[in-house]
Amino acid sequence: MVMEPPAKPKKKEASGQKLSKKWVGQPIKRREDPRLLTGRGTFVDDITVPNMHHAAILRSPHAHARIISYDTREALNHPGVLAVLTGEEVGQMSKPFPVGVVAPFKYYSAAVGKVRYVGEPVAVVVASDRYVAEDAVELIQVEYESLPPIVNVEAAVEADAPVLHEELGNNIGCHRLLNYGDVDQAFEEADLVLKERFVFPRYSSLPLETYAVIADYDAITKMFTVHSNFMGPFSMHAVAARALDIDENKLRFIVPSDIGGSFGIKSSIYPYMVLLSLASKKAGKPVKWIEDRQEHLMASSCQTDRVAYREVAVKKDGTLLGVKSKILENVGAYLRAPEPACTFRPIGNFVGPYKVRNVQIDAYDVMTNKCPTGPNRGYGCQQIYFEQERMMDKVAEELKLDPIEVRRQNLIPAEAMPYTTPMGGIYDSGDYPKGIDLVVEMSQYTKLRETQKKARSEGRLFGIGIAAGVDPSVSNMGYITIALPPEFRARPGYLPKSGSAESATIQMNQRGKVSVTMGTTPQGQGHETVVTQIVADELGITPDDVVVVDEFDTAKHGWSISSGTYASRFASVGTSAAVLAARKLKKKIIHLAAALLSAPEEDLIIEEGKVFAKDDPDKNMTVKRVAGTAHWNHELLPDDIEAGLQARAVFRFPSNVAPDPQDRVNSSNTYGFMVEIAVVEVDPDSGQVKILDWFSVHDAGTIINPMILEGQVYGGALHGIGGALYEELAYDEEGQFLTGSFMHYVCPTSVEAPVLKIGHTCSPSPLTPLGSKGAGESSSETAPAAIAGAVGDALRPLGINVNELPLNPKKVWALLHPSQEK
Amino acid sequence: MPQEFRSIQITVNGETYHRQVEPRRLLSDFLRDDLNLRGTHVGCEHGICGACTILLNGETARSCLMFAVQADGAKITTVEGLAQNGELHPVQQAFWENHGLQCGFCTPGFLLTAFELLERNPNPTEQEVRVGLSGNMCRCTGYQGIIQSVLAAAEKMKGQK
Repeated sequence: MVMEPPAKPKKKEASGQKLSKKWVGQPIKRREDPRLLTGRGTFVDDITVPNMHHAAILRSPHAHARIISYDTREALNHPGVLAVLTGEEVGQMSKPFPVGVVAPFKYYSAAVGKVRYVGEPVAVVVASDRYVAEDAVELIQVEYESLPPIVNVEAAVEADAPVLHEELGNNIGCHRLLNYGDVDQAFEEADLVLKERFVFPRYSSLPLETYAVIADYDAITKMFTVHSNFMGPFSMHAVAARALDIDENKLRFIVPSDIGGSFGIKSSIYPYMVLLSLASKKAGKPVKWIEDRQEHLMASSCQTDRVAYREVAVKKDGTLLGVKSKILENVGAYLRAPEPACTFRPIGNFVGPYKVRNVQIDAYDVMTNKCPTGPNRGYGCQQIYFEQERMMDKVAEELKLDPIEVRRQNLIPAEAMPYTTPMGGIYDSGDYPKGIDLVVEMSQYTKLRETQKKARSEGRLFGIGIAAGVDPSVSNMGYITIALPPEFRARPGYLPKSGSAESATIQMNQRGKVSVTMGTTPQGQGHETVVTQIVADELGITPDDVVVVDEFDTAKHGWSISSGTYASRFASVGTSAAVLAARKLKKKIIHLAAALLSAPEEDLIIEEGKVFAKDDPDKNMTVKRVAGTAHWNHELLPDDIEAGLQARAVFRFPSNVAPDPQDRVNSSNTYGFMVEIAVVEVDPDSGQVKILDWFSVHDAGTIINPMILEGQVYGGALHGIGGALYEELAYDEEGQFLTGSFMHYVCPTSVEAPVLKIGHTCSPSPLTPLGSKGAGESSSETAPAAIAGAVGDALRPLGINVNELPLNPKKVWALLHPSQEK
Repeated sequence: MPQEFRSIQITVNGETYHRQVEPRRLLSDFLRDDLNLRGTHVGCEHGICGACTILLNGETARSCLMFAVQADGAKITTVEGLAQNGELHPVQQAFWENHGLQCGFCTPGFLLTAFELLERNPNPTEQEVRVGLSGNMCRCTGYQGIIQSVLAAAEKMKGQK
C-alpha cells in the first residue's frame, strides 16, 4: 500500500497547542481491510489450540423452575464424550459473580438449584467434536419442578409477585431515589405539568459473530488461559477471577485481532468464559465453545426493556423547570455486572442538552424471568432520550409551539461551556444551538412543514420527528457506584471508584519504523488505521511507516481495569494514549539526538524523517540514524538514556472523581452532541412506517478519520432504527422466548436502510490532546426517539399517542384500529 | 451414532480435495474445519444472515444450509478465491475504497453476493443493488458503504472491459 500525502496539510487548534496535522482529519483507507477482504482475518473460531475439544450447552426450557435432579449417565457413555459439567458442580467449583449492589442474591455461570430464564445454562458437555457434544446434550435428563414465572416489570415489583431469588425476598436488585436541585419547587412554579408512561422494548445490536470461547486450564500451574471475543471493560476480568476464586494474574484473557461486531453485547460474555473454564478444568482439556444463533438470541445479553413514568414542569414559554422520572428497568433474571449501569451510565447527561436544573430520578432495577441484560450500543441513553424527546414534543403540542422552538428554548448555550449538569456531568465543550441550526437548514425544516401540511390535506399520515441528545463517551468507572447508597460509600474501608485510563505502547526499530500496541479490543472501529494516522503526525512520518497490531493479552499488554473498547472510548481516550506515547517516544529521540549532535534539546525539531537544529539546519541527522544508534550502538548512549526506543503512556482524565455524597458524578468524560430529523409516512392500511428522509448532525470534536466516523454514524443510526421499527426480543407471559431465529427477530437489510444526510459541527474537547470525542454510539441513542417522534407526529391528527416501541406494522395497526386490537 | 463416512471430491478455488465426511457434516464446517478455509463465516446456521455465502458451480449458495456430501463433485469459490496473484478483485478493491466493511465478519458473504450480482447485471441501479444484497445481513455499516462499494465496483469493472 503506497500512500500519497494529502494535498493540503490541515492546521488544527486544540488544547491551546498549534498542531500541524497531515494525516489526522483524512479519510484514509483502513489498514484492517485487506485481511478481512481476503478471508485472512483472525476471529476466535479461526483459532485452534493443541488437543482442543468442543463444548455444547444444555439450556433450560423453563422460565422459572427448581432443578430436582440430573442424570448424565447416558451422555457420559456416548462415544466421544469426555465430560459433563452440571450447574450443581458449577456451584461447587466457583463462587457467585460479584456485582456492585447491596442486594444479596447469587449469580453463577450456570443454574444452581433453580433456573430463572429460558436458555439459562444447565449443563455443559465436552466432547471430541461439536456434533458429538450436541448429540450428548440431548441425552442428559434433568427433572424440573416448574415455578410461576414473572416477566412483566411492573407486575414484578408488586407485593404478590413470584420471587426469583428467595434470599432477596423481592425482585428489586437495586433502588435509588436521586434528587438534584429543588424538584418540588419547580413543580409548584410550573404553568403546566405533563405526565406520561413510556415503554421501551428489549432489543440487541446483535453482532453477526456470536460469542466464542476457548478455555484452557493448566492443572499444574493452576492457570486459566481464555481466548474469546470479549471486548472489555476489563473490570469484568476481575469479576471473572473472583468467580473462579483465583488471583487475577492466573486468569489470562486473549482477544484476537478480529471481533465480528459487538456493540456492547460481548461485554457480557464473561460468564461463559468462566463456565468454559470450569468445563476445561473438569475435562482436563482445552475446550472451544461457539455459541449458535438461537443461543445468542435467547441467552447472551441485550439491553433492558423498561417502563418509565415521566413528569415535566414547564413554563408557558416552554421553559423546562423540572423533570421527574420513575424508571422500572427490567434487567432479567440476574442483576449481572456491569449492571445496573444501564440506569446510571447516563446519569451525568440525564437531561441531555437542556438546561433544566431540577431533576428527580426514582430508579428500580428489577429482576424477572428473562435473559440477563448488559451493555448495548447507547447503553441507557436511547431509553432516556426516547422519554425526554417525547416529552418535549408533548410540551410543544400542549403549548402550541413548534417542537424545534421548544428545544431551542431549553438548550444549554455555547457560552456556558464547560457546563456542569445538576447530576454532576461536566460537558466539556459543545455548541448545541449551532447543531440545531444546521439540522434545520439541512432539512429545510420550514419547507418540510409545508410539505407535511400538503400531505395531511391529502389525508396522508406524514410525520416529522426531532431528537437531540448529548453523547457521553469514556465512562468514569465511578458512576456505577451511584447504585450504592451514599452511606455505604462513606463506610470506612470502602474503596471508592473513579477513572477511565487507557494505555498505548510504541516502539521504533533500528531503521526508524514504528510498531504500536493498544489496550483496546476493537470490533470493527478501525483502530489500527486511526493510530497510524495519529502516530504519523506526531512523529513526522507516514502511516505506512507504522504497524499497529490489534490483539489483546492480559499477560502481555499494558492495561488497567478500565481498558477495553466500550462506552465510545477509543476516539477520546485511546487516541489520547497513542498521542502521549508517540510524544514520549519523540522526546526520547530528541534527547538522544541532542547528545549525538551536541546541540541543546530545545533547539531540535523533527521534520520529514530528520532531526535538526532550528537555527542551524546543517546540524542534523536522520531519525533512522538516531534509532540505529539506540538499538545497535549503546556505547554512544548517555547514561540517562535507555537502550532501544520504546515508550508506554497511560492517558487519564483529571475530571474523573468518585460520586459525591449528594450522588453527583461526572459519569463520562467527553460529551458530544447529535440531533436527528426523521421524516416518515405511515401506511394506514398495513401499519408500515416508511422513512422518507433523515438528517443527522453530529459534534464529535476533532474528526480524525471522517470516513470511519460516518460509518459509525450509519451503523449506530440503523441500530436505533432497527430497535424502533423491527427488532424485539419477545417473551410470552409464561416467559417462553418467542424470537429465537432471524425469521422472528427481524433485522433491517439493505432495502430498509435509509440514506442519512449527515452534517458535522466541531467543538474540540479541551480535555483530549487532539480535541476528539467518542462517536460510536451517538445516533443509536437518538434514532429511536426520532422515529417515535415522527410516527407520533404522523398520527397526531388522529389523536393517537405514541409512547411505546417498536413501531412495527402490528403495533402501528393496533394504534390505528384500537377497537380491533387483539 | 452416525459413524458412516462418505468419500467426496470437491474443487475449491481451483484446487481439488478428496475427503471422507460424515453425511451430516455441514458444507460450512467442511470448508472451515476440514479444509481450513476460515474465510467463510457462520453467522446464523439457518440461512438468513448470508455470512457463509459461497459460489457453488458459479451460483451463490448458503454453505450452512448444505451438507458437504451434497457438494460432491462441485466447483466452489470462497472468499479466498477472489483475489488473484496478490491483486484484489475489483469488488474487494471497491469495498476497501468505499468503507464497505467494519468488523469484516459479514464481508465474505457480501463480496460473493456482489460478485454474482455484477456478473448478472453489470449496470445495476442503486435500488437493484439494495434488492440484490437484501439476503445478506450487516450489523456495522448501516449498508450505505456496502451499496456504494458495489456501485463503485460496477463502474470499475466497466472500465476494465
